[in-house]
Amino acid sequence: MRAYLISRLGQTALVVFLSLTAVFFLMRLGGDPVLLFLPMDIQAKDVNEFRQRLGFNDPLAVQYGRFVANAARGDFGESLRYRRDALGLVLERLPATLSLAAWALLLAFSLAIPIGVISATKRGSIADYLGMGGAVLGQAVPGFWLGLMLIYLFSVRLGWLPTGGIGGPLHYIMPCVVLAAFYAARMARLTRSSVLDTLNEEYVLAARAKGLAEWVVIGKHTLKNAAIPIVTLAGLETGQLLGGAVITETIFAWPGLGRLTVQALANRDFPVVLAAVFLFSLTYTLINFGVDLLYGWLDPRTRVAGRA
Amino acid sequence: MTAQRLRRHGLGGLGLGLVALVVLAALAAPLIAPHDPARGDFAAGLKPPGTPGHPLGTDLLGRDVLSRVLYGARIALFIGLCTVLVTAVVGGVLGLVAGFFGGWPGTVLMRIVDVQLSFPFILLALTINAIVGLGLRNIILSLSAAGWVVYARVVRGEVLSVKQRDYVQAAAALGTRRARILFRHVLPNVAPSIIIVASLQFSQFIVAEAAISFLGFGVQPPTPAWGSMLSESRDYLYVAWWLAAFPGAALALTALGINLVGDWLRDVLDPKLRV
Repeated sequence: MRAYLISRLGQTALVVFLSLTAVFFLMRLGGDPVLLFLPMDIQAKDVNEFRQRLGFNDPLAVQYGRFVANAARGDFGESLRYRRDALGLVLERLPATLSLAAWALLLAFSLAIPIGVISATKRGSIADYLGMGGAVLGQAVPGFWLGLMLIYLFSVRLGWLPTGGIGGPLHYIMPCVVLAAFYAARMARLTRSSVLDTLNEEYVLAARAKGLAEWVVIGKHTLKNAAIPIVTLAGLETGQLLGGAVITETIFAWPGLGRLTVQALANRDFPVVLAAVFLFSLTYTLINFGVDLLYGWLDPRTRVAGRA
Repeated sequence: MTAQRLRRHGLGGLGLGLVALVVLAALAAPLIAPHDPARGDFAAGLKPPGTPGHPLGTDLLGRDVLSRVLYGARIALFIGLCTVLVTAVVGGVLGLVAGFFGGWPGTVLMRIVDVQLSFPFILLALTINAIVGLGLRNIILSLSAAGWVVYARVVRGEVLSVKQRDYVQAAAALGTRRARILFRHVLPNVAPSIIIVASLQFSQFIVAEAAISFLGFGVQPPTPAWGSMLSESRDYLYVAWWLAAFPGAALALTALGINLVGDWLRDVLDPKLRV
């Protein structure tokens, strides 16, 4: 178990390191950020001095070496726009993103699992058609359009919900719905097919033959075994949830990591982009790590001994 | 099981119908669009749907929304098709080679794939696009750079399993050249999974392009792309709902059609494939 944990943490570090390296070189290819932050009437000499001070005049290899050395200590430099420590800025925005993602995840699961289970157990019923029809639609409707339409309906026309920003529980409703929609749709479809597969297993037949109540057969014998592909997808798609946060946060002016990243990209604010990439890849790989540990609990056959 | 298949195929038919509609709109846009999508008429700005001559209304500059939505189909399908082709060829070839020849290049490639897959697709495409720059060509480039990994992984996995089959072993035992085995025996057997992945990725690319353009990158106004139209519509949500409603509906219906076709293809070609 220990060797496994260490190798997984090593992998996580490698993923984070390679993502940062790729983005670092891409950003340096993308052009000079300095000109954006200086007044129009500045002298060439001053531009150069500014560059010198920020280290943009050094050879790329030197800049990279310095970046790696600093990043290893958690120092991504100072935001070019906010004149503040980039990692601090990004970390400050993380809780808003995580709370939004957590509520969206909760909403997605509490919709998707019941819909999927009902669709599977009552296959061919009206509920099945409605549930799966909704899921197919949910997968096709782009989140940002759904967001705009919800704002129009509930904020502009009805005036029930705030258009954006963070605040009370009301502020959470629309962003959560938008963020959860796609995720819940996929999850519901997968739950349905996974439960259908499991219902054909012999142990379910045995449980039924023993005369167990239907809810025990479904809840205990079926669902726990059907959970493995669902948990896998949940982990894999968390990245898409984080990616979706970028768009959702921008529509609803949610002061989180996603919106900050979009702004930093638009402003060519390198240190902030790199710090954000760091947090995104770290969060995502850690979540998948957690998912892998969860497998062992759900399916003892996959416990550590069985894998590299 | 029969009922299940029929229902699925019914949905596949619906999907094909929707896709055909979008393709038709894209091809015939110059013939059926009532107005020039780029020409404004300040006197007729922000007219609601149902205005004579402008069935879906006009935007702030008086440009006809219906015409712009029709022309938007061209941009969306063009970007989607180009990206799917580039990613299928690049990812497919790399996956094929990595799976067939193995060795350290295959391992290195799969490591790269793993790293890239551990990053949200939309965020990756957005970051690349923000760096390489705006415009049609660069959005195709960015989406391709972010999307090829899915093919590489799926194709490699399929090749690894096809390689073990008897007919491949037999061909090798007969002394068939490796290139011939690869193209005659392996490629035809992994082609279905390439087609399935392509159809499922197609709508993802179109929606991602719209999302990136919506965020202010990607395709820029005044090009009538659905994403940039939605981006412009945000400022007028209080006065002109139709600017947001119609391009988005077109996008959602396109994505729906392609998804249904993709699901159907998967059911027909390879129900076991997990993408």
